[in-house]
Amino acid sequence: MSISEMNFFQRMLYILQEYSGSLAKGAATTMVIAIVCTAFGCVIGFAVGIVQTLEPKKKDNLAYRIILRLAKVLLTAYVELFRGTPMMLQAAFIYYGASQVFGLNLGMWEAAILIVSINTGAYMAETVRGGILSVDIGQTEGAKAIGMNHFQTMLSVILPQALRNIMPQIGNNLIINIKDTCVLSIIGTVELFFTFKSISGALYTYFEAATVILIIYFILTFVSSRILLAWENRMDGPVNFDLATTDTLAYTSGMMNFPRKPKRRT
Amino acid sequence: MPEILKIEHLSKHFGANEVLKDINFQVRPGDVTSIIGASGSGKSTLLRCINLLESATSGKIFFHGQNILSDHVNEAKYRAKVGMVFQSFNLFNNHTVISNCMVGQIKVLKKSKEEAYQSALFYLDKVGMTSHINAKPHQLSGGQKQRVAIARALAMQPEILLFDEPTSALDPEMVGEVLDVMKALAKEGTTMLVVTHEMAFARDVSNHVVYMFDGKIEEEGEPKALFSSPKSPQLREFLSRFTGDAGNQGG
Ligand SMILES: Nc1ncnc2c1ncn2[C@@H]1O[C@H](COP(=O)(O)OP(=O)(O)OP(=O)(O)O)[C@@H](O)[C@H]1O
Ligand SMILES: [Mg+2]
Repeated sequence: MSISEMNFFQRMLYILQEYSGSLAKGAATTMVIAIVCTAFGCVIGFAVGIVQTLEPKKKDNLAYRIILRLAKVLLTAYVELFRGTPMMLQAAFIYYGASQVFGLNLGMWEAAILIVSINTGAYMAETVRGGILSVDIGQTEGAKAIGMNHFQTMLSVILPQALRNIMPQIGNNLIINIKDTCVLSIIGTVELFFTFKSISGALYTYFEAATVILIIYFILTFVSSRILLAWENRMDGPVNFDLATTDTLAYTSGMMNFPRKPKRRT
Repeated sequence: MPEILKIEHLSKHFGANEVLKDINFQVRPGDVTSIIGASGSGKSTLLRCINLLESATSGKIFFHGQNILSDHVNEAKYRAKVGMVFQSFNLFNNHTVISNCMVGQIKVLKKSKEEAYQSALFYLDKVGMTSHINAKPHQLSGGQKQRVAIARALAMQPEILLFDEPTSALDPEMVGEVLDVMKALAKEGTTMLVVTHEMAFARDVSNHVVYMFDGKIEEEGEPKALFSSPKSPQLREFLSRFTGDAGNQGG
């Protein structure tokens, strides 16, 4: 049976059978780029977001304050530029610009990861900044009150809470990256969308190819979002805690399961 | 005995608003000082200046004779020796009860995990919270949170403990459990500086009471005398609002 004689489902099956290798490879490429770039983007985002939330004090020396000021201006420019322009054009700009201006021929992977990471970083920077600001000031004061310095406070108290707060946003970015890697086909990255173009180009079965690849995209994003949700729940720890029952004082301070009516200590 | 803390001519402005005006007083080892006064009189601001959470506009704060407002003082090192208990607890939400009491010991005092654990347990025992060491702050009642906050401060073995209205955010039935812990600490000779609206605590537990009015120390002295025969009209008026509590019982 030739492809023109097949019905819709037969064509989809045919695509799945004939192109299983390139579909799998495209999906894998998409996922690797999305995951790696979301991770790099988080690292960039945290670095930028932390600098953005530093507030110089009167006591700090002048050089430090000037450098901080300058860094903040540059980082704001980075965030605004990359959030404010389409990633597809950024890809073209960086990829072709690198070879034309600097004589630097980026490979497919380097180019893809560089572009998507920088882009995700720009979004994450704002997310992280918001995440840090959303942690109650009392947390910082509590840490300072026991003598923790700024660095220790950030690392042990503020950032873990900020990270937890922005987990949904990180998940969002991963989902967006899974889909948005498709713009990389403009620089020839062989990801899932590129696979769609080659299949539909070879078979002239646009509708069926699109359907198959839409489903694959959906499976990728849906599974990712479920995994992230499970991860979030794990971060929250158990809903109930174990009372240390061997303790003799336990009865005076309440042994009932939470929630319980607090008793006055005797 | 030489004083731990001595405050001289301390003043604090928020913009044009002078919130603390020429504050002078001192705390000797073992003192339990209560700071009382109407809302907005500057009690919290005073404590926050002492703990450097707020920077004073002028004046001096001596800790063991060293002015901690001078430039070359390490803020974090000083704060480790001055504990603070907040009205809103400020427990670290991402740490369990035991971890709340350990993290400062490990990071600031550079103790080993085992050492920190043992000492955290010791202080959690003091406040009756050893059975809850694995709980996260959001799983505790207000009174329990505040007791853990006290244990966290104690675990740093500070030389003086500052309390800013530690029972004001609590339901009435939980006030007692926190006050009991504070009374026990006072009995052990812990040096404490307590901002409070609990007149019974100020009168019965502290050995010195400071009354603040409009950013100034209006009157201070030994609690029995201060409560039974207040000199300033403001204090008399302030105490009359607590009739039925300690205000009239003391008279
Ligand atoms: N960060 C701030 N900026 C400007 N003004 C402030 C700030 N913090 C406090 N104030 C002002 O300082 C004054 C004293 O406030 P403070 O919190 O010290 O009072 P308090 O005696 O602790 O009152 P309360 O019993 O209600 O806690 C108030 O008039 C308040 O409005
Ligand atoms: Mg206050």
